[in-house]
Amino acid sequence: MSDTPAANPLLHARGLVKRFADFTAVDGIDFDVAPGEAFGFLGPNGAGKTSTMRMIGCVSPLSGGTLRILGMDPSSDGPRIRARLGVVPQADTLDAELRVRENLETYGRYFGLPHPVARRRAQELLEFVQLQERGNDTVERLSGGMKRRLTIARALINEPEVLLLDEPTTGLDPQARHLVWDRLYRLKQRGVTLVLTTHYMDEAEQLCDRLVVMDKARIVAEGSPRHLIDRYATKEVLELRFPPDATPSLDGTLTGIADRVEVLPDRVLVYTNDGDAAAAAIHARGLRPESTIVRRSSLEDVFLRLTGRSLVE
Amino acid sequence: MTGTLRVLEHNALVYRRTWRGSIFASFVSPMLFLAAIGLGLGTLVSRGSPQGVNGVSYLDFLAPGLLATATMQTAFSETTYRLMARIRWSGTYDAMLATPLSVHDIRNGELTWLALRLLLVAVLFFVAMVLFHTLHSATAALAVPVAALNGLAFAAPMIAFTATQQTDTGFAVIGRFVITPLFLLGGAFFPIDRLPSVIQAIAWLTPLAHGVALTRGLSLGTIALPAGLLHLGVLVAYTAIGAVVAGIALERRLAR
Repeated sequence: MSDTPAANPLLHARGLVKRFADFTAVDGIDFDVAPGEAFGFLGPNGAGKTSTMRMIGCVSPLSGGTLRILGMDPSSDGPRIRARLGVVPQADTLDAELRVRENLETYGRYFGLPHPVARRRAQELLEFVQLQERGNDTVERLSGGMKRRLTIARALINEPEVLLLDEPTTGLDPQARHLVWDRLYRLKQRGVTLVLTTHYMDEAEQLCDRLVVMDKARIVAEGSPRHLIDRYATKEVLELRFPPDATPSLDGTLTGIADRVEVLPDRVLVYTNDGDAAAAAIHARGLRPESTIVRRSSLEDVFLRLTGRSLVE
Repeated sequence: MTGTLRVLEHNALVYRRTWRGSIFASFVSPMLFLAAIGLGLGTLVSRGSPQGVNGVSYLDFLAPGLLATATMQTAFSETTYRLMARIRWSGTYDAMLATPLSVHDIRNGELTWLALRLLLVAVLFFVAMVLFHTLHSATAALAVPVAALNGLAFAAPMIAFTATQQTDTGFAVIGRFVITPLFLLGGAFFPIDRLPSVIQAIAWLTPLAHGVALTRGLSLGTIALPAGLLHLGVLVAYTAIGAVVAGIALERRLAR
Protein backbone atom coordinates (compact mmCIF):
# COMPACT_ATOMS: atom_id res chain seq x y z
CA MET A 1 0.00 0.00 0.00
CA SER A 2 1.28 3.43 -0.90
CA ASP A 3 1.98 5.88 1.91
CA THR A 4 1.47 8.97 -0.21
CA PRO A 5 -2.18 9.98 -0.09
CA ALA A 6 -3.99 10.55 -3.36
CA ALA A 7 -4.49 14.19 -4.27
CA ASN A 8 -7.15 15.54 -1.89
CA PRO A 9 -8.59 12.23 -0.75
CA LEU A 10 -12.16 12.41 0.60
CA LEU A 11 -11.24 9.89 3.24
CA HIS A 12 -7.77 9.60 4.68
CA ALA A 13 -6.92 7.16 7.47
CA ARG A 14 -3.56 6.27 9.00
CA GLY A 15 -3.07 3.81 11.82
CA LEU A 16 -6.80 3.82 12.58
CA VAL A 17 -7.60 1.93 15.78
CA LYS A 18 -10.87 1.09 17.53
CA ARG A 19 -10.69 -0.60 20.89
CA PHE A 20 -13.57 -1.68 23.10
CA ALA A 21 -13.19 -2.74 26.71
CA ASP A 22 -12.19 -6.30 25.98
CA PHE A 23 -11.08 -6.43 22.35
CA THR A 24 -9.58 -4.49 19.46
CA ALA A 25 -12.05 -4.21 16.60
CA VAL A 26 -9.79 -2.23 14.25
CA ASP A 27 -6.06 -2.59 14.67
CA GLY A 28 -4.14 0.14 12.84
CA ILE A 29 -5.48 0.35 9.30
CA ASP A 30 -4.55 2.82 6.52
CA PHE A 31 -6.67 3.78 3.53
CA ASP A 32 -7.47 6.66 1.21
CA VAL A 33 -10.59 7.13 -0.84
CA ALA A 34 -10.60 9.50 -3.79
CA PRO A 35 -13.60 11.57 -4.93
CA GLY A 36 -15.98 9.61 -7.15
CA GLU A 37 -14.47 6.29 -6.23
CA ALA A 38 -16.40 3.19 -5.17
CA PHE A 39 -14.35 1.78 -2.34
CA GLY A 40 -15.05 -1.44 -0.47
CA PHE A 41 -14.12 -3.12 2.78
CA LEU A 42 -14.37 -6.84 2.12
CA GLY A 43 -14.16 -9.29 4.96
CA PRO A 44 -16.04 -11.81 7.08
CA ASN A 45 -18.30 -10.87 9.99
CA GLY A 46 -16.23 -9.56 12.87
CA ALA A 47 -13.35 -8.35 10.70
CA GLY A 48 -13.83 -4.74 11.91
CA LYS A 49 -15.74 -3.37 8.92
CA THR A 50 -18.69 -1.95 10.84
CA SER A 51 -16.46 -0.36 13.49
CA THR A 52 -14.49 1.31 10.70
CA MET A 53 -17.70 2.58 9.10
CA ARG A 54 -18.94 3.96 12.41
CA MET A 55 -15.72 5.91 12.81
CA ILE A 56 -16.01 7.25 9.26
CA GLY A 57 -19.63 8.15 10.04
CA CYS A 58 -18.36 10.30 12.96
CA VAL A 59 -20.48 8.38 15.45
CA SER A 60 -17.79 6.29 17.11
CA PRO A 61 -14.72 8.10 18.50
CA LEU A 62 -11.30 6.80 17.39
CA SER A 63 -9.15 4.92 19.88
CA GLY A 64 -6.02 5.81 17.92
CA GLY A 65 -4.59 6.96 14.62
CA THR A 66 -5.73 9.78 12.38
CA LEU A 67 -8.82 10.12 10.26
CA ARG A 68 -9.72 12.99 7.94
CA ILE A 69 -13.06 13.08 6.21
CA LEU A 70 -13.65 15.75 3.56
CA GLY A 71 -10.55 17.38 4.96
CA MET A 72 -12.03 17.66 8.45
CA ASP A 73 -11.44 15.99 11.80
CA PRO A 74 -14.33 13.81 13.02
CA SER A 75 -13.61 14.53 16.68
CA SER A 76 -14.13 18.27 16.30
CA ASP A 77 -16.19 18.63 13.10
CA GLY A 78 -18.61 15.69 13.48
CA PRO A 79 -21.85 17.56 12.70
CA ARG A 80 -20.29 19.45 9.77
CA ILE A 81 -18.95 16.23 8.26
CA ARG A 82 -22.17 14.32 8.84
CA ALA A 83 -24.06 17.06 7.04
CA ARG A 84 -22.24 15.96 3.87
CA LEU A 85 -22.42 12.17 4.39
CA GLY A 86 -25.19 9.71 3.67
CA VAL A 87 -25.33 6.62 5.87
CA VAL A 88 -27.01 3.30 5.10
CA PRO A 89 -26.55 1.25 8.28
CA GLN A 90 -26.47 -2.51 8.40
CA ALA A 91 -29.47 -2.82 10.72
CA ASP A 92 -32.73 -1.28 9.65
CA THR A 93 -33.21 2.02 11.50
CA LEU A 94 -36.28 3.26 9.67
CA ASP A 95 -38.84 4.97 11.86
CA ALA A 96 -41.71 2.50 12.23
CA GLU A 97 -43.75 5.19 13.95
CA LEU A 98 -43.80 7.24 10.74
CA ARG A 99 -44.98 6.59 7.20
CA VAL A 100 -42.68 6.02 4.27
CA ARG A 101 -42.73 9.60 2.99
CA GLU A 102 -42.54 11.02 6.50
CA ASN A 103 -39.39 9.00 7.08
CA LEU A 104 -37.71 10.90 4.28
CA GLU A 105 -39.12 14.33 5.12
CA THR A 106 -38.30 14.08 8.81
CA TYR A 107 -34.79 12.96 7.97
CA GLY A 108 -34.42 15.97 5.72
CA ARG A 109 -35.46 18.15 8.64
CA TYR A 110 -32.65 16.68 10.76
CA PHE A 111 -30.31 18.14 8.14
CA GLY A 112 -32.04 21.49 8.46
CA LEU A 113 -33.78 21.38 5.08
CA PRO A 114 -36.74 23.74 4.83
CA HIS A 115 -40.09 21.89 4.64
CA PRO A 116 -40.72 22.51 0.91
CA VAL A 117 -37.23 21.30 -0.01
CA ALA A 118 -37.59 18.20 2.17
CA ARG A 119 -40.96 17.46 0.56
CA ARG A 120 -39.65 17.90 -2.97
CA ARG A 121 -36.57 15.76 -2.41
CA ALA A 122 -38.62 13.08 -0.67
CA GLN A 123 -40.80 12.81 -3.76
CA GLU A 124 -37.80 12.68 -6.11
CA LEU A 125 -36.09 10.05 -4.01
CA LEU A 126 -39.20 7.89 -3.75
CA GLU A 127 -39.19 7.85 -7.54
CA PHE A 128 -35.45 7.16 -7.67
CA VAL A 129 -35.80 4.06 -5.49
CA GLN A 130 -39.07 3.08 -7.18
CA LEU A 131 -41.28 3.48 -4.14
CA GLN A 132 -43.43 6.33 -5.43
CA GLU A 133 -46.58 4.23 -4.94
CA ARG A 134 -45.74 3.46 -1.31
CA GLY A 135 -45.28 6.96 0.12
CA ASN A 136 -48.28 6.73 2.46
CA ASP A 137 -47.68 3.18 3.60
CA THR A 138 -46.42 2.32 7.03
CA VAL A 139 -42.85 1.05 7.05
CA GLU A 140 -43.84 -2.42 8.32
CA ARG A 141 -45.74 -3.07 5.10
CA LEU A 142 -42.57 -2.82 3.00
CA SER A 143 -40.55 -5.89 2.03
CA GLY A 144 -36.92 -6.21 3.07
CA GLY A 145 -35.70 -4.98 -0.30
CA MET A 146 -38.05 -2.00 -0.22
CA LYS A 147 -36.91 -1.08 3.28
CA ARG A 148 -33.31 -1.15 2.11
CA ARG A 149 -34.15 1.07 -0.85
CA LEU A 150 -36.01 3.44 1.44
CA THR A 151 -32.96 3.54 3.71
CA ILE A 152 -30.82 4.42 0.70
CA ALA A 153 -33.29 7.13 -0.31
CA ARG A 154 -33.19 8.47 3.25
CA ALA A 155 -29.40 8.59 3.16
CA LEU A 156 -29.58 10.70 -0.01
CA ILE A 157 -31.96 13.37 1.34
CA ASN A 158 -29.06 15.78 2.06
CA GLU A 159 -27.48 15.17 -1.39
CA PRO A 160 -24.35 13.71 0.21
CA GLU A 161 -20.92 13.70 -1.40
CA VAL A 162 -20.07 10.39 0.23
CA LEU A 163 -22.47 7.50 0.73
CA LEU A 164 -21.51 4.98 3.43
CA LEU A 165 -23.15 1.58 2.99
CA ASP A 166 -22.69 -1.11 5.63
CA GLU A 167 -23.59 -4.50 4.12
CA PRO A 168 -26.09 -2.92 1.71
CA THR A 169 -27.63 -6.15 0.42
CA THR A 170 -27.20 -8.62 3.27
CA GLY A 171 -30.39 -10.56 3.77
CA LEU A 172 -31.95 -9.58 0.43
CA ASP A 173 -33.08 -12.00 -2.25
CA PRO A 174 -31.18 -11.94 -5.60
CA GLN A 175 -33.73 -9.79 -7.40
CA ALA A 176 -33.81 -7.20 -4.61
CA ARG A 177 -30.01 -7.17 -4.53
CA HIS A 178 -29.76 -6.40 -8.23
CA LEU A 179 -32.22 -3.55 -7.86
CA VAL A 180 -30.08 -2.07 -5.06
CA TRP A 181 -26.89 -2.52 -7.08
CA ASP A 182 -28.49 -0.82 -10.06
CA ARG A 183 -29.41 2.25 -7.97
CA LEU A 184 -25.94 2.38 -6.43
CA TYR A 185 -24.37 2.17 -9.86
CA ARG A 186 -26.44 5.14 -10.99
CA LEU A 187 -25.32 7.14 -7.97
CA LYS A 188 -21.74 6.32 -8.80
CA GLN A 189 -22.25 7.58 -12.34
CA ARG A 190 -23.53 10.83 -10.88
CA GLY A 191 -20.23 11.25 -9.06
CA VAL A 192 -21.27 10.18 -5.55
CA THR A 193 -18.39 8.52 -3.73
CA LEU A 194 -19.44 5.11 -2.45
CA VAL A 195 -17.82 3.50 0.57
CA LEU A 196 -19.23 0.10 1.39
CA THR A 197 -18.60 -2.98 3.43
CA THR A 198 -19.59 -6.41 2.27
CA HIS A 199 -18.85 -10.04 2.84
CA TYR A 200 -20.18 -10.89 -0.61
CA MET A 201 -17.44 -11.19 -3.20
CA ASP A 202 -19.90 -10.71 -6.07
CA GLU A 203 -21.07 -7.45 -4.53
CA ALA A 204 -17.50 -6.24 -4.18
CA GLU A 205 -16.74 -7.24 -7.78
CA GLN A 206 -19.89 -5.55 -9.08
CA LEU A 207 -19.60 -2.27 -7.23
CA CYS A 208 -16.04 -1.56 -6.16
CA ASP A 209 -13.34 0.17 -8.15
CA ARG A 210 -10.95 -0.62 -5.36
CA LEU A 211 -11.16 -2.51 -2.13
CA VAL A 212 -9.28 -3.60 0.92
CA VAL A 213 -9.58 -7.10 2.30
CA MET A 214 -10.00 -7.05 6.07
CA ASP A 215 -9.41 -9.94 8.42
CA LYS A 216 -9.12 -9.92 12.21
CA ALA A 217 -9.12 -6.12 12.52
CA ARG A 218 -6.40 -5.59 9.92
CA ILE A 219 -6.12 -4.94 6.20
CA VAL A 220 -4.48 -7.90 4.51
CA ALA A 221 -4.60 -6.76 0.87
CA GLU A 222 -5.60 -3.80 -1.24
CA GLY A 223 -6.34 -3.22 -4.93
CA SER A 224 -8.96 -3.46 -7.64
CA PRO A 225 -10.95 -6.72 -7.71
CA ARG A 226 -9.18 -7.72 -10.94
CA HIS A 227 -5.76 -6.87 -9.54
CA LEU A 228 -6.39 -8.87 -6.36
CA ILE A 229 -7.57 -11.91 -8.29
CA ASP A 230 -4.58 -11.75 -10.63
CA ARG A 231 -2.20 -11.41 -7.77
CA TYR A 232 -3.58 -13.86 -5.23
CA ALA A 233 -5.40 -16.46 -7.31
CA THR A 234 -4.90 -18.39 -10.53
CA LYS A 235 -6.85 -17.78 -13.69
CA GLU A 236 -9.18 -20.71 -13.14
CA VAL A 237 -10.39 -22.86 -10.29
CA LEU A 238 -11.40 -26.46 -10.53
CA GLU A 239 -14.01 -27.32 -7.91
CA LEU A 240 -14.30 -30.97 -7.02
CA ARG A 241 -16.89 -32.65 -4.83
CA PHE A 242 -16.17 -36.08 -3.44
CA PRO A 243 -18.43 -38.39 -1.48
CA PRO A 244 -18.37 -37.15 2.14
CA ASP A 245 -16.10 -39.92 3.48
CA ALA A 246 -13.59 -39.75 0.61
CA THR A 247 -12.39 -36.15 1.11
CA PRO A 248 -10.04 -36.66 4.10
CA SER A 249 -8.12 -39.44 2.34
CA LEU A 250 -7.02 -37.10 -0.44
CA ASP A 251 -3.77 -36.14 1.30
CA GLY A 252 -0.98 -36.31 -1.22
CA THR A 253 -3.03 -37.69 -4.08
CA LEU A 254 -3.33 -34.29 -5.76
CA THR A 255 0.30 -33.25 -5.37
CA GLY A 256 1.81 -31.77 -8.50
CA ILE A 257 -1.47 -31.33 -10.35
CA ALA A 258 -1.88 -27.63 -9.62
CA ASP A 259 -0.23 -24.52 -8.12
CA ARG A 260 -2.28 -24.89 -4.98
CA VAL A 261 -5.01 -27.12 -3.58
CA GLU A 262 -7.46 -26.17 -0.82
CA VAL A 263 -9.40 -28.95 0.87
CA LEU A 264 -12.59 -27.50 2.35
CA PRO A 265 -15.13 -29.51 4.34
CA ASP A 266 -17.55 -29.71 1.41
CA ARG A 267 -15.30 -29.46 -1.65
CA VAL A 268 -11.77 -29.33 -2.97
CA LEU A 269 -10.49 -26.26 -4.82
CA VAL A 270 -7.71 -26.77 -7.34
CA TYR A 271 -5.99 -23.54 -8.39
CA THR A 272 -4.64 -23.74 -11.93
CA ASN A 273 -4.45 -21.74 -15.12
CA ASP A 274 -6.05 -24.59 -17.06
CA GLY A 275 -8.97 -26.20 -15.25
CA ASP A 276 -9.82 -28.72 -17.93
CA ALA A 277 -6.25 -30.05 -18.07
CA ALA A 278 -6.22 -30.40 -14.28
CA ALA A 279 -9.55 -32.26 -14.38
CA ALA A 280 -8.12 -34.65 -16.97
CA ALA A 281 -5.01 -35.20 -14.84
CA ILE A 282 -7.14 -36.00 -11.81
CA HIS A 283 -9.14 -38.55 -13.75
CA ALA A 284 -5.88 -40.05 -15.05
CA ARG A 285 -4.87 -40.65 -11.43
CA GLY A 286 -7.98 -42.69 -10.95
CA LEU A 287 -9.85 -40.18 -8.73
CA ARG A 288 -13.61 -40.06 -9.33
CA PRO A 289 -15.15 -36.89 -7.89
CA GLU A 290 -18.96 -36.71 -7.84
CA SER A 291 -18.82 -33.41 -9.68
CA THR A 292 -16.24 -31.17 -11.31
CA ILE A 293 -16.74 -27.51 -12.18
CA VAL A 294 -14.24 -25.19 -13.81
CA ARG A 295 -14.79 -21.50 -13.03
CA ARG A 296 -12.98 -18.16 -13.01
CA SER A 297 -11.23 -17.19 -9.82
CA SER A 298 -13.14 -14.77 -7.60
CA LEU A 299 -12.50 -12.63 -4.56
CA GLU A 300 -13.63 -15.59 -2.48
CA ASP A 301 -10.49 -17.38 -3.64
CA VAL A 302 -8.41 -14.33 -2.85
CA PHE A 303 -9.79 -14.29 0.65
CA LEU A 304 -9.21 -17.99 1.13
CA ARG A 305 -5.63 -17.59 -0.02
CA LEU A 306 -4.99 -14.64 2.27
CA THR A 307 -6.62 -15.95 5.41
CA GLY A 308 -7.03 -19.68 4.97
CA ARG A 309 -10.75 -19.32 5.66
CA SER A 310 -13.85 -18.81 3.56
CA LEU A 311 -15.58 -15.46 3.52
CA VAL A 312 -19.07 -16.68 4.38
CA GLU A 313 -18.93 -19.26 7.12
CA MET B 1 -30.97 24.84 19.92
CA THR B 2 -32.14 24.02 16.39
CA GLY B 3 -31.10 20.40 16.96
CA THR B 4 -33.40 20.28 19.98
CA LEU B 5 -36.24 21.61 17.82
CA ARG B 6 -35.64 18.95 15.16
CA VAL B 7 -35.97 16.15 17.72
CA LEU B 8 -39.03 17.90 19.14
CA GLU B 9 -40.55 18.11 15.67
CA HIS B 10 -39.99 14.38 15.17
CA ASN B 11 -41.72 13.56 18.44
CA ALA B 12 -44.63 15.84 17.62
CA LEU B 13 -45.05 14.09 14.27
CA VAL B 14 -45.14 10.71 16.01
CA TYR B 15 -47.55 12.02 18.67
CA ARG B 16 -49.93 13.18 15.94
CA ARG B 17 -50.95 9.54 15.51
CA THR B 18 -51.97 9.00 19.13
CA TRP B 19 -52.83 12.40 20.56
CA ARG B 20 -56.57 11.86 20.81
CA GLY B 21 -56.30 8.69 22.86
CA SER B 22 -53.53 10.13 24.95
CA ILE B 23 -55.42 13.32 25.82
CA PHE B 24 -58.60 11.37 26.53
CA ALA B 25 -56.76 9.06 28.92
CA SER B 26 -54.98 11.96 30.63
CA PHE B 27 -58.35 13.57 31.36
CA VAL B 28 -60.53 10.56 32.13
CA SER B 29 -58.02 9.04 34.51
CA PRO B 30 -58.03 11.95 37.01
CA MET B 31 -61.82 12.25 36.72
CA LEU B 32 -62.17 8.59 37.71
CA PHE B 33 -59.65 8.83 40.52
CA LEU B 34 -61.20 11.96 41.99
CA ALA B 35 -64.69 10.49 41.75
CA ALA B 36 -63.86 7.06 43.14
CA ILE B 37 -61.24 7.78 45.77
CA GLY B 38 -61.91 11.45 46.43
CA LEU B 39 -65.68 11.34 46.63
CA GLY B 40 -66.31 7.65 47.28
CA LEU B 41 -63.57 6.84 49.78
CA GLY B 42 -63.50 10.47 50.90
CA THR B 43 -66.99 10.19 52.41
CA LEU B 44 -65.76 7.41 54.67
CA VAL B 45 -62.65 9.40 55.62
CA SER B 46 -64.78 12.44 56.49
CA ARG B 47 -66.97 10.25 58.70
CA GLY B 48 -63.84 9.18 60.59
CA SER B 49 -62.37 12.68 60.91
CA PRO B 50 -65.06 15.36 60.59
CA GLN B 51 -62.52 18.22 60.60
CA GLY B 52 -61.02 16.73 57.40
CA VAL B 53 -57.38 16.06 56.64
CA ASN B 54 -55.12 18.99 57.48
CA GLY B 55 -58.29 21.06 57.78
CA VAL B 56 -59.72 20.40 54.30
CA SER B 57 -61.96 17.69 52.84
CA TYR B 58 -60.25 14.46 51.83
CA LEU B 59 -61.00 15.13 48.16
CA ASP B 60 -59.32 18.54 48.30
CA PHE B 61 -56.38 17.05 50.17
CA LEU B 62 -56.03 14.15 47.76
CA ALA B 63 -56.42 15.91 44.39
CA PRO B 64 -53.11 17.85 44.28
CA GLY B 65 -51.27 14.76 45.56
CA LEU B 66 -52.68 12.70 42.72
CA LEU B 67 -51.69 15.46 40.31
CA ALA B 68 -48.06 14.94 41.33
CA THR B 69 -48.30 11.14 41.09
CA ALA B 70 -49.85 11.48 37.63
CA THR B 71 -46.86 13.35 36.23
CA MET B 72 -44.53 10.89 37.97
CA GLN B 73 -46.26 7.97 36.29
CA THR B 74 -46.35 9.64 32.89
CA ALA B 75 -42.65 10.40 33.20
CA PHE B 76 -41.98 6.74 34.04
CA SER B 77 -44.00 5.33 31.16
CA GLU B 78 -42.56 7.81 28.64
CA THR B 79 -38.94 7.10 29.55
CA THR B 80 -38.95 3.29 29.68
CA TYR B 81 -40.15 1.15 26.77
CA ARG B 82 -40.61 4.08 24.40
CA LEU B 83 -37.05 5.26 25.00
CA MET B 84 -35.60 1.75 24.99
CA ALA B 85 -37.15 1.21 21.57
CA ARG B 86 -35.45 4.31 20.25
CA ILE B 87 -32.12 3.48 21.85
CA ARG B 88 -31.99 -0.19 21.07
CA TRP B 89 -34.88 -1.90 19.31
CA SER B 90 -35.69 0.44 16.42
CA GLY B 91 -32.46 2.42 16.09
CA THR B 92 -34.25 5.79 15.92
CA TYR B 93 -31.41 7.54 17.71
CA ASP B 94 -28.74 5.81 15.63
CA ALA B 95 -30.50 7.17 12.56
CA MET B 96 -30.57 10.65 14.08
CA LEU B 97 -26.88 10.47 14.92
CA ALA B 98 -26.01 9.83 11.27
CA THR B 99 -27.18 13.41 10.64
CA PRO B 100 -25.80 16.66 12.10
CA LEU B 101 -27.84 15.97 15.27
CA SER B 102 -25.81 15.12 18.38
CA VAL B 103 -26.46 13.11 21.52
CA HIS B 104 -27.08 16.37 23.35
CA ASP B 105 -29.70 17.37 20.79
CA ILE B 106 -31.42 14.04 21.45
CA ARG B 107 -31.31 14.50 25.21
CA ASN B 108 -32.48 18.11 25.08
CA GLY B 109 -35.14 17.33 22.52
CA GLU B 110 -36.53 14.44 24.55
CA LEU B 111 -36.48 16.46 27.79
CA THR B 112 -38.23 19.39 26.13
CA TRP B 113 -40.77 17.05 24.63
CA LEU B 114 -41.34 15.42 28.03
CA ALA B 115 -41.77 18.85 29.62
CA LEU B 116 -44.54 19.60 27.12
CA ARG B 117 -46.17 16.17 27.56
CA LEU B 118 -46.08 16.54 31.35
CA LEU B 119 -47.46 20.05 31.12
CA LEU B 120 -50.36 18.70 29.07
CA VAL B 121 -51.02 15.96 31.63
CA ALA B 122 -50.90 18.54 34.44
CA VAL B 123 -53.26 20.94 32.62
CA LEU B 124 -55.83 18.20 31.99
CA PHE B 125 -55.58 17.07 35.59
CA PHE B 126 -55.97 20.66 36.71
CA VAL B 127 -59.18 20.96 34.66
CA ALA B 128 -60.52 17.92 36.50
CA MET B 129 -59.60 19.57 39.82
CA VAL B 130 -61.46 22.71 38.77
CA LEU B 131 -64.51 20.62 37.86
CA PHE B 132 -64.42 18.95 41.29
CA HIS B 133 -63.97 22.32 43.07
CA THR B 134 -60.87 21.17 44.92
CA LEU B 135 -58.87 24.41 44.62
CA HIS B 136 -58.60 26.84 47.51
CA SER B 137 -56.28 29.53 46.22
CA ALA B 138 -55.21 31.48 43.14
CA THR B 139 -51.70 30.05 43.63
CA ALA B 140 -53.20 26.73 42.51
CA ALA B 141 -52.45 27.63 38.89
CA LEU B 142 -48.74 27.36 39.75
CA ALA B 143 -49.31 23.72 40.67
CA VAL B 144 -49.48 22.97 36.94
CA PRO B 145 -45.87 23.87 36.04
CA VAL B 146 -44.69 22.50 39.38
CA ALA B 147 -46.34 19.16 38.64
CA ALA B 148 -44.63 19.12 35.24
CA LEU B 149 -41.30 19.81 36.94
CA ASN B 150 -42.05 16.99 39.40
CA GLY B 151 -42.43 14.70 36.38
CA LEU B 152 -39.15 15.91 34.90
CA ALA B 153 -37.41 15.21 38.22
CA PHE B 154 -38.27 11.55 37.53
CA ALA B 155 -37.89 11.63 33.75
CA ALA B 156 -34.32 12.96 33.61
CA PRO B 157 -32.79 10.29 35.90
CA MET B 158 -34.97 7.67 34.21
CA ILE B 159 -33.46 8.53 30.82
CA ALA B 160 -30.06 7.89 32.36
CA PHE B 161 -31.26 4.57 33.79
CA THR B 162 -32.84 3.42 30.53
CA ALA B 163 -29.69 4.31 28.60
CA THR B 164 -27.74 1.82 30.73
CA GLN B 165 -30.18 -1.09 30.30
CA GLN B 166 -29.68 -4.00 27.93
CA THR B 167 -33.15 -5.51 28.46
CA ASP B 168 -36.48 -4.26 29.75
CA THR B 169 -36.45 -6.25 33.00
CA GLY B 170 -35.11 -3.30 34.99
CA PHE B 171 -38.26 -1.32 34.25
CA ALA B 172 -40.44 -3.77 36.15
CA VAL B 173 -38.05 -3.53 39.11
CA ILE B 174 -38.20 0.28 39.14
CA GLY B 175 -41.96 0.15 38.74
CA ARG B 176 -42.41 -2.29 41.60
CA PHE B 177 -39.85 -0.93 44.04
CA VAL B 178 -39.87 2.80 43.31
CA ILE B 179 -42.90 4.05 41.43
CA THR B 180 -45.65 1.98 43.06
CA PRO B 181 -44.40 2.46 46.66
CA LEU B 182 -44.05 6.18 46.02
CA PHE B 183 -47.53 6.34 44.54
CA LEU B 184 -48.96 4.68 47.65
CA LEU B 185 -46.70 6.07 50.39
CA GLY B 186 -45.25 9.26 48.91
CA GLY B 187 -47.77 11.59 50.51
CA ALA B 188 -50.55 11.65 47.95
CA PHE B 189 -53.10 9.62 49.93
CA PHE B 190 -52.18 10.63 53.48
CA PRO B 191 -49.67 12.94 55.16
CA ILE B 192 -46.15 11.52 55.21
CA ASP B 193 -45.85 12.21 58.95
CA ARG B 194 -48.10 9.20 59.61
CA LEU B 195 -45.31 6.94 58.39
CA PRO B 196 -42.54 5.44 60.60
CA SER B 197 -39.71 7.96 60.78
CA VAL B 198 -37.27 5.84 58.73
CA ILE B 199 -39.73 5.60 55.86
CA GLN B 200 -40.51 9.28 56.22
CA ALA B 201 -36.84 10.08 55.81
CA ILE B 202 -36.63 7.89 52.69
CA ALA B 203 -39.75 9.51 51.26
CA TRP B 204 -38.20 12.97 51.64
CA LEU B 205 -35.18 11.83 49.64
CA THR B 206 -37.38 11.29 46.59
CA PRO B 207 -38.75 14.01 44.32
CA LEU B 208 -42.37 12.94 44.82
CA ALA B 209 -42.67 13.95 48.48
CA HIS B 210 -41.48 17.44 47.53
CA GLY B 211 -43.67 17.53 44.44
CA VAL B 212 -46.72 16.60 46.51
CA ALA B 213 -45.86 19.14 49.22
CA LEU B 214 -45.62 21.86 46.57
CA THR B 215 -48.70 21.02 44.50
CA ARG B 216 -50.74 20.63 47.69
CA GLY B 217 -49.45 23.79 49.28
CA LEU B 218 -50.14 25.77 46.11
CA SER B 219 -53.53 24.22 45.53
CA LEU B 220 -54.70 24.83 49.11
CA GLY B 221 -52.92 28.18 49.45
CA THR B 222 -50.97 26.99 52.49
CA ILE B 223 -47.46 27.11 51.02
CA ALA B 224 -44.79 28.91 53.04
CA LEU B 225 -42.02 30.55 51.04
CA PRO B 226 -38.84 29.02 52.56
CA ALA B 227 -40.25 25.48 52.55
CA GLY B 228 -41.63 26.01 49.06
CA LEU B 229 -38.23 27.06 47.77
CA LEU B 230 -36.62 24.05 49.38
CA HIS B 231 -39.09 21.69 47.68
CA LEU B 232 -38.60 23.49 44.38
CA GLY B 233 -34.82 23.26 44.79
CA VAL B 234 -35.01 19.48 45.25
CA LEU B 235 -37.08 19.09 42.07
CA VAL B 236 -34.73 21.33 40.09
CA ALA B 237 -31.69 19.46 41.42
CA TYR B 238 -33.12 16.06 40.45
CA THR B 239 -33.93 17.39 37.00
CA ALA B 240 -30.59 19.12 36.44
CA ILE B 241 -28.38 16.34 37.79
CA GLY B 242 -30.55 13.75 36.05
CA ALA B 243 -30.14 15.61 32.75
CA VAL B 244 -26.35 15.71 33.08
CA VAL B 245 -26.14 12.02 33.93
CA ALA B 246 -28.61 11.21 31.13
CA GLY B 247 -26.34 13.02 28.67
CA ILE B 248 -23.33 10.99 29.80
CA ALA B 249 -25.25 7.70 29.76
CA LEU B 250 -26.68 8.33 26.29
CA GLU B 251 -23.26 9.33 24.96
CA ARG B 252 -21.77 6.09 26.31
CA ARG B 253 -24.56 4.03 24.87
CA LEU B 254 -24.96 5.61 21.46
CA ALA B 255 -21.50 6.90 20.57
CA ARG B 256 -19.35 3.91 21.42
